Amino acid sequence: MTKAINRPGYFGEFGGMYVPELLMPPLREIERAMQTIMPAEEYQTALRDLLVSYAGRETPLTFCPNLSSQLGCELWLKREDLLHTGAHKINNALGQGLLAKMMGKTRLIAETGAGQHGVATATVSARFGLECKIFMGEEDVERQAPNVQRMRMLGAEVVPVVNGSRTLKDAINEALRFWISHQEDTLYCFGTAAGPHPFPTLVRELQSVIGREARAQFLARTGSLPDYVVAAVGGGSNAIGMLHPFVDEESVKLVGVEAGGTGEPGCQNSAPINLGSPGVLHGELTMLLQDADGQVLPSSSISAGLDYPGVGPEHAWLAQTGRVHYGLAYDHEALAAFHRLTRSEGILPALESSHALAWVFEHNDEIPAGSRVLVNLSGRGDKDMGIVSKYPMPE
Amino acid sequence: MKLILFQKMNIAQKFERAQTEGRLALIPFITAGFPDRELFWRHLAEIDASGADLIEIGVPFSDPVADGPVIEKASREALTRGVTLPWLLAGLKERRGQFRAALLLMGYTNPFLQYGYAALAGAAVEAGISGFIVPDLPLEEAAAFRRILSSAGLDLISLVGLNTTLERMHAYAAESTGFIYIVSTLGITGGTNRHLELVADTMRRARRAFRLPLALGFGLRTPDQLDALPEDARPDAAVFGSALIRHIEEGGRAAEFFRPWMEDRQRRS
Repeated sequence: MTKAINRPGYFGEFGGMYVPELLMPPLREIERAMQTIMPAEEYQTALRDLLVSYAGRETPLTFCPNLSSQLGCELWLKREDLLHTGAHKINNALGQGLLAKMMGKTRLIAETGAGQHGVATATVSARFGLECKIFMGEEDVERQAPNVQRMRMLGAEVVPVVNGSRTLKDAINEALRFWISHQEDTLYCFGTAAGPHPFPTLVRELQSVIGREARAQFLARTGSLPDYVVAAVGGGSNAIGMLHPFVDEESVKLVGVEAGGTGEPGCQNSAPINLGSPGVLHGELTMLLQDADGQVLPSSSISAGLDYPGVGPEHAWLAQTGRVHYGLAYDHEALAAFHRLTRSEGILPALESSHALAWVFEHNDEIPAGSRVLVNLSGRGDKDMGIVSKYPMPE
Repeated sequence: MKLILFQKMNIAQKFERAQTEGRLALIPFITAGFPDRELFWRHLAEIDASGADLIEIGVPFSDPVADGPVIEKASREALTRGVTLPWLLAGLKERRGQFRAALLLMGYTNPFLQYGYAALAGAAVEAGISGFIVPDLPLEEAAAFRRILSSAGLDLISLVGLNTTLERMHAYAAESTGFIYIVSTLGITGGTNRHLELVADTMRRARRAFRLPLALGFGLRTPDQLDALPEDARPDAAVFGSALIRHIEEGGRAAEFFRPWMEDRQRRS
C-alpha cells in the first residue's frame, strides 16, 4: 500500500491509467503541459485574470443567519453558484481551455450530463476561439433542452450519444473514442476529478481555488477554521476542490455527500463509495456501481450532475483512509433542502449542492451546537426549475 | 506442468505453421454469445474449421471504450442475453480439445478483475485458452495480470498503435510474449495516403523493436487490401474484427470470408 501511494497517478490503490495504448501519448502530453506550461508565469497570470475578470472570482462566503438560528450552528456557504455560467465547472473549463490554447490545440471536446460542464466548455471555447464538440447522452439531450440550446448558441456542436444507457457514462466513452482519433489537434476537457491520470490531479488543481479561497475567507471572517466542511460528490470535482485544501487540517471534519437516489431498498443510486466496490471504469480504478460480473450498473439521482456510477479516485482513497466521511442524501431530502435554503435565505441552490445541505439538515443532531459548518454551494438551481416544479411545493 | 507447456507453445506454433505454409496467420474476432448464445458455438466451430490460426473471443463489457460501433453493439446485445465470463469459460471447458486454433480472450479489465486474476488464470487453463488481450491495460497497469498469467503459462498480448514511439515499443518488448497486436485505427487527418504511410512506419518500427510476430488490425476484409502496404511493412498475421462480424450479421459464412485468405500466398512480409 505504501508503495502504491508513491506511484504517480495513484491515490493509494486507486487511480491509474486504464486506457487503450492509443490514449497514452495524449495523456502524457497533458501531464507534460502540467509540468511546463501550468507553473509558468504566463499561464498563471492569464488564468488569474480570467478567473477574476471573466468568471467572477473570488466568490463570496455567505453567512446564513436564519438557518443558523434554526439549526443551532453557524451555516456558511461558499458561493460558487455566483460564478459565470452558474457553477464551479467554469474554474476547470477555463484552466483546461487556456492550457489547450497554449498547447496549440484547436479543438476542445467534453462530456456533459446535466449540461453544466458542456456549457462551461462551450463558453470557454467561444472566448478562446476554439472549435467545440460536446458529447451528451441522448436521454440527457432530451432532459436538458435549455442547456443544449445554450451550448449551440455558444457555437458548440452537441453530439447526442445513442449507445448504452444514453447518459453521462456513455458520453464519456464516446468522447474518449473521438479523442483517440483526433488527439493531434484536440484536448479532452474532462469535466470532473475522475478518469485516467492526469485528469484527477489536473481537475483538482484547477478546482482547489474553491477551498483555498474559502479557507482564507473563513479565517478572515471568524478568526478560525470551520469545524465541518461539506460538499456534494458525483464525479467529485467541486468536493475535491473544496476539501483538498483542508485535508491537512486535522481539526476540520470533512464530509462528502453522495446521492442515494429515491432511498427505496435496492434503488438505483449514485453512491459508489457507500454502495459500490472497487472496479475499473473510464481509465481509473475506483469505487464503482457494478454487478458481480464487473458490468457497470446504471446510476440514478434527482440531480443530473451527481448521476454517475463512479467517483474520482482521490475520493475513494480519502474514504478508505477515513479522512473524509462520505454520507448519503436521498432525492426527497435534497429537494427539501432546496426549498429550505430558498425560503430561508433567498438562495436557489443547484440540486447537486442541495445534497450537501441536506446532509447538514439531516445530521443536525450529530453536529455539536455552535459548530461552524461550511457548505460548498457548487451551483445555482435555475437549471433545475423543470425538475423541482414536477414535485409539490412544501407548505 | 505438461499442460502448461502445451499451451504456452500453442501461439508460437500457430504462427510457425502459417509461416511454413507461406501465408499470413489468420486471427478472427468474435464476440462471445454473438449472434446468440447457441449460434455462437456454431460460428466459433465454423471459424475454427475455416482455417483460423488464433481466435479472439470478445468478452462483453458495458463500456467498451476501444471498440467501434459494430463490436460495441454485438457486446451490448450479448450482455442483454446474459452472456458472462463464467458462462463463456464453462462452455469452452465443455468443448475443450475441439478447436484447432489457439483461443484468446479479448476483453476489458473490469470483468477480469472482478473474476479475480488468479482464479481467472486457473479457469482459463482449464478452458483451453492460450492468452488474453486487454485493450485498457497499457504497459503501466499490466504487470500484476501479466505476472499471474505468465506463471499459468498464458500470454498477455501487448497492443501498440500508430502513435507508439520506438522507445515505448522497446519498453513493451521487454515484457511481451506471444505476439504483438498493432492497432491501425487512429483517425489521422491528411487522408488515406498519410494513414498508409503511418501504418507502414509503425510496422517498420515494430519490426525493429520486437522479435515476436506482428499482427495487424487494419479493418481488413480481403487480402488485396494489404497491397497498399510496402512489402517490408507487412505483418505476420491479420486480425479480423468488424468485417467478419458484419459478414456473419449479413448471413454470410465464415468459410467464404476466409477462403481468399487461405489461398493467398503473396502477401507475407
